[in-house]
Amino acid sequence: MVTELPDLMPVLPELLLAVGALFLLMVGVFGGERSTPVVTGMSVAVLTVAAVMLIASPGEGVTFGGAFLQDGFSRYLKILTLIGSGLAIAMSVAYARNEHFERFEYPVLIVLATLGMLLMLSANDMIALYLGLELQSLALYVVASINRDSVRSTEAGLKYFVLGALSSGMLLYGMSLVYGFTGQTGFGPIAAALSAEGTSLGLTFGLVFILAGIAFKISAVPFHMWTPDVYEGAPTPVTAFFAAAPKIAAMGMLTRIVIDAFQPVGSDWQQIVVFVAIASMALGAFAAIGQRNIKRLMAYSSISHMGYALVGLAAGSETGVEGVVVYLTAYMAMTLGAFACILAMRRKEGMVEEIDELAGLSRNNLPMAVLLAIILFSLAGIPPFVGFFAKFYVFRAAVEAGLYPLAVIGVLTSVVGAYYYLRIVKVMFFDDPAQKFLPMPGELKVVLGLSGAFVLFFSVFAGPVVALASEAAKTLF
Amino acid sequence: MVLQAVFFYIFAGICVASAVMVIASRNPVHSVLFLILAFFNAAGLFILLGAEFLAMLLVVVYVGAVMVLFLFVVMMLDVDFVELRQGFLQYLPVGALVGIILLVELLLGLGAWVIGPEVTAQVATPTPALSEASNIQALGEVIYTRYVYFFQVAGLVLLVAMVGAIVLTLRHKEGVRRQDVSAQVARNKATAIEVRKVETGKGI
Repeated sequence: MVTELPDLMPVLPELLLAVGALFLLMVGVFGGERSTPVVTGMSVAVLTVAAVMLIASPGEGVTFGGAFLQDGFSRYLKILTLIGSGLAIAMSVAYARNEHFERFEYPVLIVLATLGMLLMLSANDMIALYLGLELQSLALYVVASINRDSVRSTEAGLKYFVLGALSSGMLLYGMSLVYGFTGQTGFGPIAAALSAEGTSLGLTFGLVFILAGIAFKISAVPFHMWTPDVYEGAPTPVTAFFAAAPKIAAMGMLTRIVIDAFQPVGSDWQQIVVFVAIASMALGAFAAIGQRNIKRLMAYSSISHMGYALVGLAAGSETGVEGVVVYLTAYMAMTLGAFACILAMRRKEGMVEEIDELAGLSRNNLPMAVLLAIILFSLAGIPPFVGFFAKFYVFRAAVEAGLYPLAVIGVLTSVVGAYYYLRIVKVMFFDDPAQKFLPMPGELKVVLGLSGAFVLFFSVFAGPVVALASEAAKTLF
Repeated sequence: MVLQAVFFYIFAGICVASAVMVIASRNPVHSVLFLILAFFNAAGLFILLGAEFLAMLLVVVYVGAVMVLFLFVVMMLDVDFVELRQGFLQYLPVGALVGIILLVELLLGLGAWVIGPEVTAQVATPTPALSEASNIQALGEVIYTRYVYFFQVAGLVLLVAMVGAIVLTLRHKEGVRRQDVSAQVARNKATAIEVRKVETGKGI
């Protein structure tokens, strides 16, 4: 029996990551702990090459019997994910050296997690989606507790693992119900079966369970409980990574599954997404007000930002998906910049995480204070920074789809959210200076500079970015 | 057919009864043993369905590896289950509420149950037919061809699990004497033996 080799062109970047991760693991195992800098550098190089491959070669198409799909949408978000992961590894170098958790497995696990994210973004089948998600999640559980001698880090990993396993169970249960009612696992065939037979109560059950499982991964309310604890407990570079890359991959996966597979039952998932979006925006805005720890604050901030991105998805239209893509781009730039600042909050006695420690930063380190202020203004959605445009695109899509209450609530919660971002700006510029931080490592300066430039000058090059985003969104419809 | 029905009821009955005993028995070692019994009966059910490969896999993997590991853990950890059960009752109202909600949901879901036409078509024609190929052959024909992508990604997931377990638990202790075979083999007369003159009446 002769079988044809599947078309490998669309999976080349994933193959590179898989082979690269295995190779780096070998280098690390034979080289011992001394090889950590080499493995770290090479893992960033592997991620960069994969991103360049995605930018340069179109390599689009469906392969492996329809399980794997490479299109404009997945390519755009994959490039974004690769940039996020690469910068997160780069940002961890100085921290790992200072806090003594230099381990070569850390960059390798991040490369493997990134591979899982790329598979999630390309999944065109329930089984492929689940396997990609598990590959990503398992690697994330381990990196959350990579600093195994710290009680908080292991607690974060354990919490994330237990709740993550629960959400995977819900996702699988939902998938099995959908399979039972449609007889299909591929997204295209599911959509075809749904438009032929219509919806049923059991199918709605399956849809709800699937959405609940994915909502956990993007930490949307009411499945957000793990987020503040894990963000606070995990080592800060790991938190930076958690906040950036996995959110983008999970959001992209959610967008594809509801648009590609469940488009015929649009009204069913739309009301769930609307509810989750409103709850996330509101809880993120109100719960962050009382936070003293900046990592917890970023956790609530990311919950509310996922809510805003879901506003675009709730519209369910092409402009809505375009808004989601623009929002994720902006969110990643702002988050990485903010975490570059948090990683620079370091004194002789160690890392500090309280907001009050930033007091009077403008007198100690003016460039960092100004850049952080710009990023915080942008997170609050104040023009002319990128956060404003991102919110503008998702709200415009919601209004076009006739979801006026959703847009109004979104604007109101972003006003509430502005309070806690501006409070940090006030602490930095108007309070009495606290002790100086140690000088910022070079790689953090680079990340902060890039992020600040993107946030500040977005209005200049908004055209090309939005054009790319709308091209990516168009491939889904 | 009668024989098949008799065996079905024997296997299914023992399976359910031993599953109940898993959660009902006081001694955790008994629980594990009852779970093994449940697995064996489930394997019997698989054989009645004609899925002999799954049945063997269940016995080899679950009974042979997983349950033995369970037994080790239960015996070595010395968990005080009586203490764990204290305060168990105070969760009863919440647990009962969740249980009732789940039951209602299941009834609603089952009430709406329709089997899709594609499902019946697929069940009617397993690929290939049972008379043509054994389970293992049928599985082997698709797992490296049609499902090669899933197979490989599942392999990567297992790799990550293994790397993770090593990262989180392996500690390189100082001062542990490990066997070094090459050093042992490389010993020769010059390095291994020291010849000393011993004076009479004195030790070394």
